[in-house]
Amino acid sequence: MDTFGLFNYWVVVFLMMTGFYVVIASSNLVKKIVGLNLFQASVFILYISMSSVKGGSAPILEEGVTLYSNPLPHVLILTAIVVSVATTALGLAIVVRIREAYGTVEEDEIHRQDESL
Amino acid sequence: MTELLNVVLLGFLALTALAAIRLRDLFAVVMMFSIFSLLSASLFVVMGAVDVAFTEAAVGAGVSTVLMLETLSLTVRRERPPAHRKLLPLLVVTVTGAALIYGTFDMPKFGDPNAPIHHHVVTRYIEASPQEIGIPNVVTEVLASYRGFDTLGELAVIFTAGVGVMALLGTRSRRRKENRR
Repeated sequence: MDTFGLFNYWVVVFLMMTGFYVVIASSNLVKKIVGLNLFQASVFILYISMSSVKGGSAPILEEGVTLYSNPLPHVLILTAIVVSVATTALGLAIVVRIREAYGTVEEDEIHRQDESL
Repeated sequence: MTELLNVVLLGFLALTALAAIRLRDLFAVVMMFSIFSLLSASLFVVMGAVDVAFTEAAVGAGVSTVLMLETLSLTVRRERPPAHRKLLPLLVVTVTGAALIYGTFDMPKFGDPNAPIHHHVVTRYIEASPQEIGIPNVVTEVLASYRGFDTLGELAVIFTAGVGVMALLGTRSRRRKENRR
């Protein structure tokens, strides 16, 4: 099991980097926001992986159970999930306004229009 | 069994993320993101974080997806094919990823009960909360009582985001009506 000790973190880094790649490589603004969300979701997985204890049960107190997984990261991530939806909504609203103003959601076309002004 | 489930779910997460990169149809990309959220919710259940799991399933996989689909209906559905090769982003991502992987070598092993994260305030939360608050769900106790100000701050963020969205989109329909007149 020792070889698998860091496996979760490595997959999380991979997922984070796919999200990061979408954000910097794709020129479509909606896809960029999807990439940002992928990045955020992998941060959630990182925190919950850290909170997990081998053989620990969910942190709901019960007679006869002594080992629980760590509830503090769970609380932080609950907050983070809700905040991520709020920021996503704001980002998507900005995308809709950009589409109204420029008629496109492709980043390079927006730059071209800005330069031709 | 739990470890196997863990590895399988992480593998599926990696596949959906790769599919989201490759697809050009934005509807499919959004669906991939929704599947990604649902898979991560299942992973949270496996790791014992049930409260996080149902929030992620409802809010991450549900509300986020609806918001993205709404945006697609107001904008365009297909992404334009890229104009040039993406070598520089790939390089940046690889270097960053390698640095982060290097950082994980100092981290405690997955599921290790002696990790520092499990020996600070958390033991007190679990031991003292039955006397101090008296409901069985520790996550609820920490969220609403011990760290209640965090939750208040979260409300401030949601309120600000709501005001922002209203300021950006709220006046639109009124303006359109005036234009028609």
